[in-house]
Amino acid sequence: MTSEDVSGLRDVAVVAFAQSDTLRTTEEQSEVEMLMPVLHDVLGQTGLRTADIGFTCSGSCDYLAGRAFSFTLALDGVGAWPPLSESHVETDGAWALYEAWTKLLTGDADTALVYSYGKSSPGSLRDVLTRQLDPYYVAPLWPDSVALAALQAQALIDAGETDEPALAGIAARSREIANPRAQLRGSVPHGDYVVRPLRTGDCPPIGDGAAAVILAAGDRARELCSRPAWIRGIDHRIEAHSLGVRDLTDSPSARLAAERAGAFERPLDTAELHAPFTAQEVVLRKALRLDDSVRINPSGGALAANPMMAAGLARIGEAAARIHRGESDRALAHATSGPCLQQNLVAVLEGDPR
Amino acid sequence: MPEVLKAPLVVEFPFTRSLGPVQSAFLTGLRERVVLGVKTGDGRTLVPPVEYDPVTAEEIRDLVHVGSTGTVTTWAWNPEPRRGQPLTAPFAWALVRLDGADTALLHALDAPGPDAVHTGMRVRIRWAEKRSGAITDIACFEPYDGDDAEVTVHAGEFQDPVIGIVAPARLDYTYSPGRAQSAYIHALSDRRTVGERCPSCRKVYVPPRGACPTCGVATAEQVEVGPRGTVTTYCIVNIKAKNLDIEVPYVYAHIALDGADLTLHGRIGGIPYGQVRMGLRVEPVWTEGGRYPDHYRPTGEPDADYDTYRELL
Repeated sequence: MTSEDVSGLRDVAVVAFAQSDTLRTTEEQSEVEMLMPVLHDVLGQTGLRTADIGFTCSGSCDYLAGRAFSFTLALDGVGAWPPLSESHVETDGAWALYEAWTKLLTGDADTALVYSYGKSSPGSLRDVLTRQLDPYYVAPLWPDSVALAALQAQALIDAGETDEPALAGIAARSREIANPRAQLRGSVPHGDYVVRPLRTGDCPPIGDGAAAVILAAGDRARELCSRPAWIRGIDHRIEAHSLGVRDLTDSPSARLAAERAGAFERPLDTAELHAPFTAQEVVLRKALRLDDSVRINPSGGALAANPMMAAGLARIGEAAARIHRGESDRALAHATSGPCLQQNLVAVLEGDPR
Repeated sequence: MPEVLKAPLVVEFPFTRSLGPVQSAFLTGLRERVVLGVKTGDGRTLVPPVEYDPVTAEEIRDLVHVGSTGTVTTWAWNPEPRRGQPLTAPFAWALVRLDGADTALLHALDAPGPDAVHTGMRVRIRWAEKRSGAITDIACFEPYDGDDAEVTVHAGEFQDPVIGIVAPARLDYTYSPGRAQSAYIHALSDRRTVGERCPSCRKVYVPPRGACPTCGVATAEQVEVGPRGTVTTYCIVNIKAKNLDIEVPYVYAHIALDGADLTLHGRIGGIPYGQVRMGLRVEPVWTEGGRYPDHYRPTGEPDADYDTYRELL
């Protein structure tokens, strides 16, 4: 929904963003040891301490590292004394941000700490992700995440919406970036087929990492940040789980979320898209009506760094940080979850006029 | 920095799932080499069928018998099959719209190579020899050049219907405990117990996890604690645990090692269970080759005064 739908309620902004490096392995660190510096960074940017935060919400997934209730151990890095008002979602942290945004709109809190993290290195991510699929008809076949993305890519190629050179171009552009936190930067070989038509370069790097943002409402946001990134609208939508029911060349859920978030009301200058596979950027550009006037993924997006459960939140954080720095005035941030862009969240962020 | 500790970790569950009436008919049908679809309110036929209309959420129950032949709607060549996937030799993943269906089913397509596969190609089901009422009763699809199949209404009634599936799931991990816990485990191998102190509240955590859960800051200063300690509270265990070779009843206790600000837990031995008490002074007992204390036994010292451990309860 947009802030106009909820007029009379408060404006909420992203006032700080921090993230870790994304690394192929962080075996020398536990999850909380990986996460804690990011929490200290984001709190330090605002001068807030844990005790000043009104609401804390996190996103993570126990299947990644195979550690049950790992989010409770991660809370050690927050410092849960005095006792926190806290919640957790078992998905990308972008959905934790959505929960925190609603909490701030209610007036129950003025500030929120949102964080998420994922350690994919202890397991075999392609196999781990099969466990999110329909357990009756699909999961028993163990179709891995690259295979499902490849079915989507082939459908787009068959429909004439892209071809392999165009996909390679998206891969190259996503890695020609200056983002020091990215896992892949510069010239990256496009490689062999992993699952045809997707090559190594069409797939995101597998890495461990964490991200965190601080949200604040109204005047509190102006105190904490010289140019807050106001959340003008945010919405998320999901499609049927059965892949054979969906049109894989389109994303009606992303389009509807964008419409409900107000993305189509005024031009955007930047879009941070959570498209882990090259072909998914093609789907999202169409669904979100992004033309060449919009700068796509200046951070590199998920093709440069894809820490599971943190990459979507990082898209919102990266878009907000560009507004903080004065490099964007109105940006779209997108996060996805599930196979072939099954579920999509869109946020529209704006800076005050300069 | 000592070497990073790692160990294999296998997470394995046999998920037992019950089936709704439509799923039951579909999977039982596969056992009988019959593919069923379900009609939606707007007249489409969904294969694989679901219990509720994906658009209107209405309960849907009208079954039809669709073809075991169909058309590829999209595909992807899998050069390196992974554990659990339908075929061990390279194959194509395919979404197949069976004749008479309006939606596509995901499965493997056995073909000699990617050049032999294209969207729009005709395929048919290759049935598994042993079928139990599962999606894997379809071994895979294979190329087919015959006519479209007829579609007929089907009651979905079979002898001895399948009402549930058991879906085994196994994931293999390499567990690494991180910096603080690795240091703790390394010290244990020298029969020393080493905690870490919070730089803010000064508490010593044993075992350390790298962060002070109260202050939210990293712990780093290592502090050797124990070996002796005090029983702060305990319980008497009367139920024998599976795979645990300890006679019941026995005492399981919280033990505050000398110098620690957090209790750890362990078994108390060397004393009749009825004589264990709060304040009892204990020390660890190691067995040959043990990687942690087997249990704790009384030291013979006078009991600790309640005020010395009341904050650790």
